[in-house]
Amino acid sequence: MSLSQSDMNERLQDYGKRIESLAHSVGLDYYPVDFELVPNNFMNEVAIYGLPIRMPHWSFGVRYIHQLIRQSMGHSRIFEVMFPGNPCHGYLVNSNTLAENTLVTAHVLGHADFAKNNHLFARFAEMSGTNIVEHAAAQAHRIEQAVRDHGQQRVEALLDAALALEPHVDLDQELHRPLYPTHLKPAAPRGDEDSFTGRFRHLPGEIERAEASRERRTAPIPPHPESDLLWFIAHYGPELEDWERDVFLAVRYESFYFYPVFACNIMNEGWATYWHARLLREADFLPSDLYLDAVTCHSNVVRPFAGEQQAALAINPYHVGFSMWERIVEQQGLERAREIRRDEDDFGFIRNYLDAELAEKLGLFVFEAKSDEGIKVAGRDVNRIREAILAPKFNYGAPRIRVGEMKHDGTLVLVHDHEADGRGLDLERAARVVQYVHRAWRRPVLLQTVDSRGAPHELRSSAP
Amino acid sequence: MTFSPDPLLSRWQQPLRISAEVGWYDLFSRGARDWLRHNEKVRESVEKSLPNLIAGPDVLSGPGGGTVLVPVKLAEHARFRLRDTDGETGAGQGAGEDGQVLKPAQPQQGDQNGGDAGSGQGDLQFVLELKVEDVLDWLWEELKLPDLKPKASAREQDQEFVREGWDKRGVRSRLDRRRTVKQAIRRRAIQQDPAPFTDDDLRFRQLVRRDRPATNAAVIFALDVSGSMGETERQLAKTFFFFALQGIRRQYAKVEVAFLAHSAEAWEFNESQFFQTSGTGGTVSSTVFKLAKDVIKERYDPSQYNVYLFYASDGENLVDDREPSTEALRECCQGLNYGGFIEIRPAYGISPETELAGIFARMQRESLPLGMARVTGRDDVWNALRQFFQEQQARAEAA
Repeated sequence: MSLSQSDMNERLQDYGKRIESLAHSVGLDYYPVDFELVPNNFMNEVAIYGLPIRMPHWSFGVRYIHQLIRQSMGHSRIFEVMFPGNPCHGYLVNSNTLAENTLVTAHVLGHADFAKNNHLFARFAEMSGTNIVEHAAAQAHRIEQAVRDHGQQRVEALLDAALALEPHVDLDQELHRPLYPTHLKPAAPRGDEDSFTGRFRHLPGEIERAEASRERRTAPIPPHPESDLLWFIAHYGPELEDWERDVFLAVRYESFYFYPVFACNIMNEGWATYWHARLLREADFLPSDLYLDAVTCHSNVVRPFAGEQQAALAINPYHVGFSMWERIVEQQGLERAREIRRDEDDFGFIRNYLDAELAEKLGLFVFEAKSDEGIKVAGRDVNRIREAILAPKFNYGAPRIRVGEMKHDGTLVLVHDHEADGRGLDLERAARVVQYVHRAWRRPVLLQTVDSRGAPHELRSSAP
Repeated sequence: MTFSPDPLLSRWQQPLRISAEVGWYDLFSRGARDWLRHNEKVRESVEKSLPNLIAGPDVLSGPGGGTVLVPVKLAEHARFRLRDTDGETGAGQGAGEDGQVLKPAQPQQGDQNGGDAGSGQGDLQFVLELKVEDVLDWLWEELKLPDLKPKASAREQDQEFVREGWDKRGVRSRLDRRRTVKQAIRRRAIQQDPAPFTDDDLRFRQLVRRDRPATNAAVIFALDVSGSMGETERQLAKTFFFFALQGIRRQYAKVEVAFLAHSAEAWEFNESQFFQTSGTGGTVSSTVFKLAKDVIKERYDPSQYNVYLFYASDGENLVDDREPSTEALRECCQGLNYGGFIEIRPAYGISPETELAGIFARMQRESLPLGMARVTGRDDVWNALRQFFQEQQARAEAA
């Protein structure tokens, strides 16, 4: 389709408006969406950074090269990016065809409905506000200012640590959570004057009740194992300056923002795909050739693997999610689907609504990768499939590591819950992360995990 | 829609190639500002690939240009991760019986377990195809190698203003747009919210007053090819010669090259023969200095050429040849901008001053335009170059 940019803009705006009113009429409920046509390299950057404007760090540069390579191999083409908020920001690629962008418009409306109504999204939006794009840009701006004020190396050292710990936040806590109480609660005055034990005190020769117990005792830090490493380091890092604390909290803020997207990936992409398919089908105002082009585009999106291949070593969340929603709507009705969209995340969604019949229909399987045998199909049992899909999502996809203790000399003791994770850490990487953390923490850092034989293993930071 | 690297994909990935079409600076474009911070790793890789630059038979006398392939390994920003176990599982989609092999085992996987710390499997290999001149430009900047200074002219007549080099200041009419834009692109790649142009980007062509023909340079490479110079030593000499020549080419419009080799006698060769020649018998370096003097006399009139001599040897020389060598070298110096001696010695032990090192040291004290550097490995080549170029620059400025 060869359309001038302005011509395409005009028609896209026209279709967009009509699709929006169609969406309202079928009950999609969302905050307004600001659509914007952007060049392809903008999309690449968003795919790399996760946000249009984000703090600079060399690791994003590595991702940039990955993306460059994927693109040059034709593996990766980004159609759409959408940031929830009020308003939401939807970005379309200006070099895509009108049919593709029409489809993407409908797709984004599906996401917008999901983001407003899903409880996980709603909870995080409540905590973090509805202007993530602007907020992240402001954070990036502050960090760049810090680079100018304190030098590249110092800021980079902090970001090495903070970004390495990105998923190590406690999502059950509030984004803005209070510090630990500084003192233990004084023991409640015992109303024991008349009690059985109280009588002993009045016996002749008993010493006066020790006054010390009434003094306020300093609480240990942390009072319990702390899994929000970013929060803990930000607030309890010895010698951390305010701007350094801000760097950790900025990464934590974004981590909170990313979580619902991460935890609802299959549901959310499936929901948006369900709605773009349905809205386009019902959009009788679209010319038939454009509709056909859009359908071709849709079938590419929900294609489980590249054309010449027989199988893929990953699931396509668009395909699986789309098929699941279609079936839910068909068997249980749209109202029930909306409730599920509101209540679940991928864990509940996959466990409750991916059954053996659908798994078989979708051709899902579990594979096993062994160094001597290669990658093999290892079974098609639906329980194993569910767990294989969900395994990378537990605990934000990261090992369970908590602050166990802060010693008197300021040593930070991190404890890996290897029993829950089933094995120890990759020691080479862990040693590097310990070293990153050490530079920010400025006191020794210890990490307890187990080695390949399951024997306790302790990693200790070395002086830089 | 966040980025989700597929661990299995990258683990089994073959090195990929990014062609020269992408362009060195495109890799550093807008979205890649953070990639720049990562380029330490690339620099290491490029340096490791430098032998490929000089692998061809005619790299010194050839026309230059061309590309070089540089394998690059991307550094990984470490995160906590569970250890890999054999028998990792995942969810897939498609056809296949139970037990069917979807991807055969990769034989090299086994070798990688051999304790190569830091080569995490998340690392990605790819191949950059770079233009040789870009690499050199960049090397010169990275290594802060000085540019050569043509010698000051003795005569006032026959002088003219000639374009030479560039400067940050100048009159508008001499603005070098290409260099200025190049500079601005580089700066913008690493700055946040960059201004399109700043005064610092401006590059002006320099005009200097000097002898008309002095834009020419002649480089005489002299090599000891006696039996004691083995393959490693020659390769080091070739590496040094290559980069020395590149440095000279950066400065002069026209560069002529002569190749002289000697053992007990000296001959002139073309390049391809030059590095393959091996002589027998003793080492008499006066022969090559005499030959150099003759070559200068016949072909490179010092009033028209900036003449450079680089001599590579293991430093051994016949003791009886000390006087003749000193004399021949002294005569040579009259026609030279600069003469450099690189002594190629194995790294082990502290060796006493060699015969030739002694000669050069004594002559240096007479403030003849000579320099000397010892090279034991490839890293020393840069130090030697830097040292020679700095000395030469200082001398030219003092003159």
